[in-house]
Amino acid sequence: MSTAFEHPTYNYKVVRQFAIMTVVWGIVGMALGVVLASQLVWPELNLGLPWTSFGRLRPLHTNAVIFAFGGSALFATSYYVVQRTCQVRLFSDKLAAFTFWGWQAVILSAVVTLPLGLTSTKEYAELEWPIDILLAVVWISYAIVFLGTIKLRKTSHIYVANWFFAAFIITVAVLHIVNSASIPVTSTFSVSIYSGAIDAMTQWWYGHNAVGFFLTAGFLGMMYYFVPKQAERPVYSYRLSIVHFWALIMVYMWAGPHHLHYTALPNWTQSLGMVLSIILLAPSWGGMINGMMTLSGAWHKLRTDPTLRFLVVALSFYGMSTFEGPMMAVKTVNALSHYTDWTIGHVHAGALGWVAMITIGSMYHLIPRLFGRTEMHSVGMIAVHFWLATIGTVLYIAAMWVNGILQGLMWRAVNPDGTLMYTFVESVEASGPGYIVRLIGGLCWVAGMLIMAFNVYMTVRRGEGARQPIPQTA
Amino acid sequence: MDNGIVNGVIIILLIISFAGLTMWAYSKRRKPDFDEAANLPFADEDEPPHRDQNASREADSRHDKGERNT
Repeated sequence: MSTAFEHPTYNYKVVRQFAIMTVVWGIVGMALGVVLASQLVWPELNLGLPWTSFGRLRPLHTNAVIFAFGGSALFATSYYVVQRTCQVRLFSDKLAAFTFWGWQAVILSAVVTLPLGLTSTKEYAELEWPIDILLAVVWISYAIVFLGTIKLRKTSHIYVANWFFAAFIITVAVLHIVNSASIPVTSTFSVSIYSGAIDAMTQWWYGHNAVGFFLTAGFLGMMYYFVPKQAERPVYSYRLSIVHFWALIMVYMWAGPHHLHYTALPNWTQSLGMVLSIILLAPSWGGMINGMMTLSGAWHKLRTDPTLRFLVVALSFYGMSTFEGPMMAVKTVNALSHYTDWTIGHVHAGALGWVAMITIGSMYHLIPRLFGRTEMHSVGMIAVHFWLATIGTVLYIAAMWVNGILQGLMWRAVNPDGTLMYTFVESVEASGPGYIVRLIGGLCWVAGMLIMAFNVYMTVRRGEGARQPIPQTA
Repeated sequence: MDNGIVNGVIIILLIISFAGLTMWAYSKRRKPDFDEAANLPFADEDEPPHRDQNASREADSRHDKGERNT
C-alpha cells in the first residue's frame, strides 16, 4: 500500500490494513453463509465431500464473520478512535503491526483447520490449542497497544467509546483464556479441562459474553464515535453513556445460562440467567436511545446521507434484537424457540442488522478519511448497498421467524393419545420455503458487499491518484 | 453466613453502587467536564490528513469530484 497518506501524528497504516481486510473478510464470511444457506435448500451442494460438509463449513462461516470481519472492523475502528480522541499516536507501531499480521494468521489457520475437521467442538471457540495460544498472544498485544495509547493520551478525559473498546478487549482476553483452557493430547487435538454441566456453563458464559462484549460493547464503542461524527453533533447524553456503560458490563456477565434452559444446568441458575437477561433490556435500550437521540435536530440528514442511514438502521436493529433476546430468554418462550430457526433469525438480526450495519456505516465514514478523501467514490452506491442490506436482513429474519415458530409448534404438537403429531423430518420439509427466502436475503447481502468492495477500490485508487495524475477510468 | 445472605448483601451493594453511579453521573458538578468529553470526537479536526491539501480539497468539492474524463 502506498505511503502517500501518512498522517503526521497518527498511525493510519494499521487502520487502513484492518479496514481493507474488513471488506475482504466480510465478503468471504457472508459468501460462506450463502453456501450454507444453499446447502439447506439443496443438500447435494455439500458435494459429498467431508471438507465441504455443513458441519465443517458452519464454524468456518461463524469464525469468518465474527472474528475475521467483525474483528478486523473492531481493530480498525478502535485504533482509529483511540488515536483521534486521545490525540496521540499508537503506543507501539511494531506491536500494532504484529496484531495485524497475527490476527490474519489466526484467521488463515481457521480457514485451513476447520474444513479439515480439526476442532475443539466448543461453539465460537472451535480453534485448536496451538491457534488458541497464538490468538491469546495477539489479543494481549492488542490490549497493550490500546491501553498503552490511552495511558499516553494528551486529553484529560477518556472518551466513552474508548471505555467500551477497553472493556471489550479486556473481557475477551479473560473469556478466551478461561474457556479455551485444555490439555493438549497431540498437536491437533486437545481435551477441555471442564466437563459436564460445568463445561456447558463455562462455554455459555464465554458464548454469551462473546455476544455481549465482542459483538455489543466493541460495536457500541464504534457507535459512540461514528454516530456523533457522521451526524456532526455530540452524543445526546454523555451522562447516560456512563450509566449505560457500567450497567451493561455489570449485567451482561450473568445472562449466559439462558442458552441452557431445560438442560442439566441447575434450575435456579437457569432462572437467574433468565431474570438477568430481562434486566439487560434496560441498559441495552439506554444505549440505543442515546445513539438515536444524537440525531435529534439532524434527522433531515438521513435523506441525503446513506452512511448515516446505515448507522441509524443499525441502532434500530440493535433495539429490536435486544428486545427479542430478553423475550426469548423467558423460559416459557424459550420452550418454543429453543433449537429452532428462530434462534438463527435472532442471531442474524443482531449480526446483520446491528453488527454488520454499524460496521459498514463506520467504514464508509472511515475509509475515505484514511485514503486522503472527504467522501467515498460514489454516494449512490452506498445508497444501493444500504437498501440491499436492509431488505436482505428483513427477508432473512422474517423467514427465520416463520420457520422457527412453525418448527416449535410442530415439535410440541401431540395427538390425543400422547404420541407426537409430526416426525422431525416433516418439520424440516415444512421449512423449505423459509430456507429459500433466507438464501435470497443472504444473496442481497453478498451483492451489497461486492458493491462496497468496488466502491472502496475506486476510493483507494482515486485517493492515490490525487497525488500523481493517472489516467482515470470512464 | 449461608449463601443466601451473601447473595443478598452482594445485591444490596450492587444496587447502592448503581444508585451512586447514577447520582455521580447526573450531578451538576460533573456537567462541564462531561460536555468537554462529549466534544472530544470534534476536538481533533485536521482532515483531510496530509497531502497537497488545497488542490485536492478543491477537487473533492468540485461537482465532478475532480474526475476529468467522465
